[in-house]
Amino acid sequence: MPGYIHRMHEKMGENRTYAQFLPNTSRIDYLSAMHYTHAFVGVVERALKLEVPPRAEYIRVVTSELNRISSHLVWFGAFLLDLGGFTPLLYAFDDREKILDLLEGVTGSRLTYCYYRFGGVCNDVDDDFIRGTREFVEMMRPRLKLYRELVTDNIILRKRLENIGPIPAEMCRKYGATGPVIRGAGVPYDVRRMEPYSVYAGLDFEVPTHPEGDCMARYLVRMEEIGQSLRIIEQVLDRLPEGPVLAKAPKTVKLPPGDYCYAVEAARGRFAIRVTSDGKDIPYRVRLRAPSFSNLSLFEEASAGMMLPDALAVMGSLDLVIPDIDR
Amino acid sequence: MNIPEPFRLLLFLAGTMAFVGLNAAYLVWVERKGAGRFQRRTGPTEVGYAGLLQPIADALKLMSKQLIVPPGVDATLFRLAPLLVLAPAMMCFVTIPFSETLVARNINVGLVMVFSFGSIHVMAIMLGGWASRNKYAIISAARIVSQNVAYEIPMLLVAVTLLMVTGTMNLHEIVQQQAGGFWNWNFFRLTANPLMPVTFVIFYICMLAETNRAPFDMAEAESELVAGAFTEYAGMGFGVFFMAEYANVVIGCSLATVLFFGGWQSPIGVLPGVFWFLLKLYLLVFSVIWVRWTFPRTQFYGLLNLSWKILIPLSLFILVLTSAMMKLF
Amino acid sequence: MKHSPWQIINGFWSLLTGMRITLGQFFKPTVTVQYPHESLKMPSRFRGHIVFVRDPATGNSLCIACKACEKACPSDCIVVDGIKREGEKRKSVTDFKLDFTKCSLCGSCVEVCPTDALEFSRAYNLASTSKEQFHCIDLVQRLETDKK
Repeated sequence: MPGYIHRMHEKMGENRTYAQFLPNTSRIDYLSAMHYTHAFVGVVERALKLEVPPRAEYIRVVTSELNRISSHLVWFGAFLLDLGGFTPLLYAFDDREKILDLLEGVTGSRLTYCYYRFGGVCNDVDDDFIRGTREFVEMMRPRLKLYRELVTDNIILRKRLENIGPIPAEMCRKYGATGPVIRGAGVPYDVRRMEPYSVYAGLDFEVPTHPEGDCMARYLVRMEEIGQSLRIIEQVLDRLPEGPVLAKAPKTVKLPPGDYCYAVEAARGRFAIRVTSDGKDIPYRVRLRAPSFSNLSLFEEASAGMMLPDALAVMGSLDLVIPDIDR
Repeated sequence: MNIPEPFRLLLFLAGTMAFVGLNAAYLVWVERKGAGRFQRRTGPTEVGYAGLLQPIADALKLMSKQLIVPPGVDATLFRLAPLLVLAPAMMCFVTIPFSETLVARNINVGLVMVFSFGSIHVMAIMLGGWASRNKYAIISAARIVSQNVAYEIPMLLVAVTLLMVTGTMNLHEIVQQQAGGFWNWNFFRLTANPLMPVTFVIFYICMLAETNRAPFDMAEAESELVAGAFTEYAGMGFGVFFMAEYANVVIGCSLATVLFFGGWQSPIGVLPGVFWFLLKLYLLVFSVIWVRWTFPRTQFYGLLNLSWKILIPLSLFILVLTSAMMKLF
Repeated sequence: MKHSPWQIINGFWSLLTGMRITLGQFFKPTVTVQYPHESLKMPSRFRGHIVFVRDPATGNSLCIACKACEKACPSDCIVVDGIKREGEKRKSVTDFKLDFTKCSLCGSCVEVCPTDALEFSRAYNLASTSKEQFHCIDLVQRLETDKK
């Protein structure tokens, strides 16, 4: 129910210092929390011109991509639950447990990590994490094959998703929908390629795109994104340099007056933060651009004249997270 | 031993009621444990050893709830619907042969009787949905009726095919015709009809659709229509509808066993008996549970398309093929 | 909606493949842990509520009641008080109350403490029938009771 989980994050941004706002960022969209924290520490680092050590950058990418996979697994399970298949939810959550255990070993939390700090990350990763992540990547690839055989190729699911809920690229542009919604309409728009941040410019990965624009296209985009995230994680683990993980940041963070902006590719689309500062240690305004809000706004036009089960499939394929809509 | 006829019938009545009741209750347990195992988790374990007392706990919970009759509903029909949905299920067991001697009434038109009684539950669900005076219940009841009507037709065409092959409607004789090893079962009787396994698959799909089991459970699609036709029912009225669903599953599976898999005949030709019947029956019930937990739901028009555009032409073709084969050979 | 026989056979085969996969999973061991009969062990960095670190030399806490954690906390959970005793260079803590119902386990207090007096505990199966048990967690008292 939209509107019932409005927790006034933007207002809280006006009452807390920059360091005190960090836990809030994880809770805006708790399923892909790392990306949102990344955007906030990125905007402060961009304003203060802080150099983040390369080891910290790579660790941030690994944890962000693991978070993306876990968010897509939740979407996969919940989508199939809405369609009536109860079992793939539990298989997806079993895989997700392994990711959460890995991240718990590093950060201490399972869902709302408060792991990034201004200038790097707060703890270093140990060998257990690196070995565990490599094992996870080894385990996940056959699981993706299992999901393809059990779910994607299933004739019942194909009948339910193919040619259902066409969302063409013009509709996406009109409402500002990003993420798998617009990539499922044929437009290869990915913030990691359009506005590269962190070390994504040097990594080798594809942006999966499907031109049909129906529910099946969005579904396939997300499944292929999981595969691409695994590829990114492997490359990063191979290239992980030695060094410190936290740069020296000022004790009280005060941004020079002005507007600063930073955008990341969250699991649901393009998440952007804009901070307006007037020189104090508390921001004047924090504006959060939530991807689910724009994705939801096209539902009214997309679902006109549709049958009830099809509307359900379209809503599931948009991957909406209500806390993200309400903030 | 010779028990006088009225007492024998009374014994069978009690036995059938017990069988249906126990099945309806404990198939819930089997389903929840099975669902758990398919999902790599244990099912209920707390109540009783391995959760065996769970259905009793559920039944007690349902019985302790107030039987609400909402204002404005048609009170007679509302209360009548749960009764009508369970009684025909018990009637169907009258003609099904559990073993050589264990059959309540050996009626010559046993097959027709099972089908006719098996269709009454649709009317009962329609009554329940209609009497509830709730738009979701009516939509769901209408969907169930059209789904059942659409899937009766291929089922009856398959029955006619089998009638032509076996030549009799007496279920006891049909089983006796399949004596010998498992190659004599109707499933493998390819000389009469080379598409016999396909016939079984059509019968199986129709049985799933008739009993409103997944992937055809639009009626109870929780994410779409609250609880469908049973929205307004509380307590044991609700429980009775679900017991009737499991009873229908057992009837469908026992009919499939009798028609296709040789009933109480053993697969190796020796020691026939009730044990083989129950084994085959419960293997089929397990496969029904297996199908439920694997597939998502179809859409409503997909379901009807499957019946009218695929199953009916296919079963008509099989019918013509069988008659051609019988004429020629 | 025209279906070629090949499509129908293909579709049916995909259903059988799906069923084979679930049957395979049926025979694999369960992955769940029967809590509360069995418990899981928490990793070393697990974030439970904060506790005092015991100074190995004196046996007391290292807290100097500088109130840095109180200022850093985003949720105003911490209330610290301390006095300067005779013959000591710094203050020592007398009162440290944590309101766990508001704590978000962000770790600012642990990081900002100049003497590293705070650490995360590993308590995760906390349950109570009243709010008061978590409304006011007294760390000084806990350190005393742990000493015994």
